[in-house]
Amino acid sequence: MAGSTFVVSTGRRRVGAILAWASIAAVMIVPVAVAAYSPYLASRNMPYIVGGFAGIVGLSLLFLQPLLPTGYLAGLEGRAGRRWHRWFGVAIVVAVALHVGGLYLTSPPDTIDALLLVSPTPFSVYGVTAMWSVVATAILVLFRRRLGLRHSVWRLIHNGLAAIVVLATVIHALQIEGAMEPGTKGMLCMAVVAATAVALLDLRVVRPFRAWRQGGPKPGAKRALAKHGVGQ
Amino acid sequence: MTCEPLSRRSLLAATAGFAGATLLSRSLGLVAPAAAVTGLAPSLTMPGGANNYRPNAPMVDRLGSGFFVRGKVLRAGDGAPLQGLRIQIWAATVLGGEPDPVNHGSVLTRADGSFELEMAQIVPNFGQPHAHLAYDDGAFQTVFLRPIMPSARDRSVSADFVLASA
Repeated sequence: MAGSTFVVSTGRRRVGAILAWASIAAVMIVPVAVAAYSPYLASRNMPYIVGGFAGIVGLSLLFLQPLLPTGYLAGLEGRAGRRWHRWFGVAIVVAVALHVGGLYLTSPPDTIDALLLVSPTPFSVYGVTAMWSVVATAILVLFRRRLGLRHSVWRLIHNGLAAIVVLATVIHALQIEGAMEPGTKGMLCMAVVAATAVALLDLRVVRPFRAWRQGGPKPGAKRALAKHGVGQ
Repeated sequence: MTCEPLSRRSLLAATAGFAGATLLSRSLGLVAPAAAVTGLAPSLTMPGGANNYRPNAPMVDRLGSGFFVRGKVLRAGDGAPLQGLRIQIWAATVLGGEPDPVNHGSVLTRADGSFELEMAQIVPNFGQPHAHLAYDDGAFQTVFLRPIMPSARDRSVSADFVLASA
């Protein structure tokens, strides 16, 4: 009896995990796949297509990135999730480099205008804001030890930069008329903002508050906080 | 002739934040923009207007079909139509990107100052569907325009020039 309940519950959990991962894959892949059928691609050269899709893939990566260190994802709890968070970070940096590099090869004057914040397009300033926030995040991660920041301070800066990257990227993407289909782009942008908001609220507000209410600031509180995933 | 140093002076004054001083000198008639005296103000070059410009685009009957770039060229001040001026036009279209020579051509203005170029459908480039137009032949001050299409599905876009003598 107890054994069969166990089997049912693990079976249910597995189905839940599969459904969750399938939804994540759909959210991340469908908008990119739809963009791949954009009629605009026919008249674009390779650097423009690569640069454009680096931006689209980068936006898509921003959906899973905040969820990776939360422990929500089946199979990626704890250390594995944080390791993937780092690799996704590397991928986002590469995507930004390809995006800006590809656009530069396509049209140097338009790209330089954007980087110098004198572009006529209103979305460029948000793209450049996101780019510098990604650069700052990379520096923050690479020189984590050398910067010698207290962990709570480092985390606050990291989360603040991440929020800027997400908001600026979403505003940038929504205003662009390009290869992405507006409907799927809008849904991906909403998913990205929601994932970031949920992860930040949970990790930085809900879990610390619960840990504080359960244990209070007593010896061992640190261990309790760590157990709730606050120490990441 | 006289409008350039005057407008530069008023620009400097405004930049320095002396809006009051500008207003005062304007009311005294010391810094009067050409437009205020003579009527039609000259067009200003738009940000990014000269991007991917290839000087001396060849004269063409058309650059593809289905899309029209139109406009009028008038003289600053009295608004007289300017005939026989060369307007250079380029844009990203279904045929290729903005720097691509197939998307660059010139037309001359008619007696009423109007011009029209039929070309391939313009597609959004760098996030906005837009065209580039230039007057850059010396008799008047150079102007680069960059009109944005309200919708990427539009089959035409228009931009007017008001040119001040060089």
